[in-house]
Amino acid sequence: MSTQPSLNRAPIMERFGETIEDLGIAHGIDAFAVPPERIVEFCRFLKEHPALQFNFLSDICGVDHYPEMPRFEAVYHLYSLPNRWRVRIKCRLGDPPEVASVTGVWRTANWHEREAWDMYGIRFEGHPDLRRIYMWEGFEGFPQRKDFPLRGYKDKLNPFGAEGPPPTQPDLATRDIP
Amino acid sequence: MGDVNNAIRDSVLFTTADSIISWSRRSALWPETFGIACCAIEMISAGCARYDLDRFGVVFRPSPRQSDVMIIAGTVTRKFAPVVRRLYDQMPEPRWVIAMGTCAISGGVYNTYAVVQGSETFVPVDVHVPGCPPRPEALMHGFLLLQEKIKRSRALAGTPLERVIAS
Repeated sequence: MSTQPSLNRAPIMERFGETIEDLGIAHGIDAFAVPPERIVEFCRFLKEHPALQFNFLSDICGVDHYPEMPRFEAVYHLYSLPNRWRVRIKCRLGDPPEVASVTGVWRTANWHEREAWDMYGIRFEGHPDLRRIYMWEGFEGFPQRKDFPLRGYKDKLNPFGAEGPPPTQPDLATRDIP
Repeated sequence: MGDVNNAIRDSVLFTTADSIISWSRRSALWPETFGIACCAIEMISAGCARYDLDRFGVVFRPSPRQSDVMIIAGTVTRKFAPVVRRLYDQMPEPRWVIAMGTCAISGGVYNTYAVVQGSETFVPVDVHVPGCPPRPEALMHGFLLLQEKIKRSRALAGTPLERVIAS
């Protein structure tokens, strides 16, 4: 990390100085807080500006800050292959969490956003196919949220689970088991 | 007269149909070839040259249609449980199930929303082999216990005599 050249912040602050918050350097990566309505514009700028060229999206993750408000957060990690820079973008979201999809900027965002949707219930507007990616079809709830019990809810396959609301649709995982 | 007696003694065996049927069943227990997690490594080891499950007539078969035993070797996730159940349903009767390892028995350390808390919740299990993972000897012991169970079960018990003759 220490051998990496430092990020050229000038073009970013010049264009977005009023709308974003500079969070400094955390764990060796430059971080910015961006409001959700500007996220696509900000990402596209980082990718397409000739001095920056953040052409690789490493990761999109969700965070649940329950019981803080605003409750959710989407975190984007970018990498500039030509410049060897990394950037972290943080985006606080309300409840229910909604943010515009960046699949139009990086195609790899597709599966990352599906993961964040599956685990945290963050709805990415404009995503071409926002389905669950780890949990099975028909699963209810978002298991990485802090109010979801780690043991899961009690049912036929999980007799020691927590008491929870009755399911509203048949669970495909257990449907065919007599 | 003595010759006749010897001929009968050398070639005729008196037993019950139940004993013959259960002997043939327990002497060729063919498990399905599938493993779910790390327990499968010990299962493979048990099947290979050093432990050699073939000695007990245990030969892994590539199809559930040809199998008598299902070894649930590993953690059964909620997403995979319907597949295991389907494999069980595809096996012809009589069929038996061995739950191998702590995860297959009770979910093990994975007391979470994504893991089935015991194979018993979705298939009838005959033998539980504890361990994390169980050594190949433990799996062999499980097979011997299963053979003992089959030996003590009565294949024709309760079947009317006319149906036995007709079949």
